[in-house]
Amino acid sequence: MTEQKRILVKGNEAVGMGAIRAGCLYYFGYPITPQNEIPEFMSRELPRHDGEFVQAESELASINMVLGASAVGVRSMTSSSSPGISLMQEGLSYLAGQELPAVVINVVRCGPGLGGIATSQGDYFQAVKGGGHGDYRVITLAPASVQEMYDHTILAFDLADRYRNPTMVLADAVLGQMQEPIFEHGDVPPEPRKHWTLTGAANRPARHLKSLYLKEGELEAHNRMLQEKYREIQKHEVRFEEYDVDDAQLVVAAFGTSARIARTAVSRAREKGLKVGLFRPVTVFPFPGMRLCSLSERVKKFLVVEMNTGQMVEDVRLNVKGDTEVEFYGRPGGAIPTPVEVLTQIERHY
Amino acid sequence: MKQVFAKPKALNDEIMHYCPGCGHGVAHRLVAEALDHYDITGRTVGVAPVGCSVLMYDYFNCDIIEAPHGRAPAVATGMKRSRSDLIVFAYQGDGDLASIGLAEIVHAANRGENITVIFINNTVYGMTGGQMAPTTLLGQKTTTSPYGRNFNTDGYPIRMAEMLAPLEGTTYVARMSLDKPVNILKARKSVFKAFEMQINNVGFSFVELLTICPTNWGMDSMESIKRIQDEMIPYFPLGVFKEKETEDYI
Repeated sequence: MTEQKRILVKGNEAVGMGAIRAGCLYYFGYPITPQNEIPEFMSRELPRHDGEFVQAESELASINMVLGASAVGVRSMTSSSSPGISLMQEGLSYLAGQELPAVVINVVRCGPGLGGIATSQGDYFQAVKGGGHGDYRVITLAPASVQEMYDHTILAFDLADRYRNPTMVLADAVLGQMQEPIFEHGDVPPEPRKHWTLTGAANRPARHLKSLYLKEGELEAHNRMLQEKYREIQKHEVRFEEYDVDDAQLVVAAFGTSARIARTAVSRAREKGLKVGLFRPVTVFPFPGMRLCSLSERVKKFLVVEMNTGQMVEDVRLNVKGDTEVEFYGRPGGAIPTPVEVLTQIERHY
Repeated sequence: MKQVFAKPKALNDEIMHYCPGCGHGVAHRLVAEALDHYDITGRTVGVAPVGCSVLMYDYFNCDIIEAPHGRAPAVATGMKRSRSDLIVFAYQGDGDLASIGLAEIVHAANRGENITVIFINNTVYGMTGGQMAPTTLLGQKTTTSPYGRNFNTDGYPIRMAEMLAPLEGTTYVARMSLDKPVNILKARKSVFKAFEMQINNVGFSFVELLTICPTNWGMDSMESIKRIQDEMIPYFPLGVFKEKETEDYI
């Protein structure tokens, strides 16, 4: 094994590094805080890799540039933060409807409206429930470290291509701005062959990429096919992390930055002799509901911690067994719960 | 017997869904003739708009993608930047291009994207049933300007060719009319020139085509053609507004 060097980078830069490592040479984006290091990194690096960086006129344009790039078969991406991601929902719906792979990074800030540039997890519903119009889902990864900002970006390209589906990395301002040491490790799954790209009908019949189906029954069949794909994703791509859950009476469930904070609180609770564990969904769509369901057979209580007023908690309640107690602790609007606050909640509900 | 007239190879045999008299049939044919002439059908990707011509993928023998309403120039940008060997054209109506997609067309033009945009101006939203478009003429009655377009409340019809021509990024900007054979031949020449600009990597080319929409104008085809001549051409003058030479870019 070759010796690996750790490097200190910002989460946003790690996204750019991961994207280029995954073979993404086409970036389209529009400035918005707190993700500006991503377009800045890409504008610096992509010309050196014979790629293209385009600063679009809006997030509407950037997501549609990604749609065009994806249609001709290359790996491409965009990144933004909450208000910009709202503008991209139209494009995400079209990407899902046309079954086009694309990677979108959301470095979430707080809302609603212009909100603020501080961190938040207020975009959970928008990310995992579809977000735009129509019945569709976006594969959504929830990193909790700068290393995962890098790893999840690479994984996002793989999942997007394998399922021909838009994939989002649901980060937040803390993860984007924080510096941590990471390994730039090697393994990138090979890019699958794409049999559907629009590259000119020279030696084959013309191809169309569309989401408009006007003939009776066509659109229902298309929707059923999409739902079948989402079921496959739920079957094969659920990822989660557990910490001290084996004998736990109370399990804290949290994703992303909240999970980092909760883990500290869980460790302190263990030091005090409380049987507490942590459950961290790594994929929030597909949601690890089956695992939560089986945990709920022996765990008495769940405490969901989020940087919002209660979004993932609904998915936890949907999946645990009926009589399982699910408590919630959240801080919205840019506030970050401290480990002491979470520990207080653990002690209160234990 | 010697064949003297044929359908362009870039069009297939599908029966078009367009209304009798509609301008899309002629406009499609001009684009297809250009694809045939430069022998580029096999490396061309079209971007269909939202509107009547969204179904153009049923009629062309080249690859085509659907874009969200107004976003065709952004989709075309993503394609051309990623695969510069492809010929990429967007085909858009007036609601698509001049209203909801105004930012996309202006910025694609201003960046000088090496793409071709065919703009169909019939002064009305066709597919949605004849509502007021940004190009609807003053006094023109539509389903959302039932008393006639009034500049006090609705503003003025937008002249897109004149708006785009001054931008440094555009290389060829023309407005032509599909009202009579002599003008259709001129329009053909313009559409050819627009594709030629892209093939020669000169930059952004744009052809606006004045066409009729008898269904939503509530006129027959002959009256509609007369309306182009009497009302549209005086407000939307024909001509080549800009033509840069390849050498200007080298």
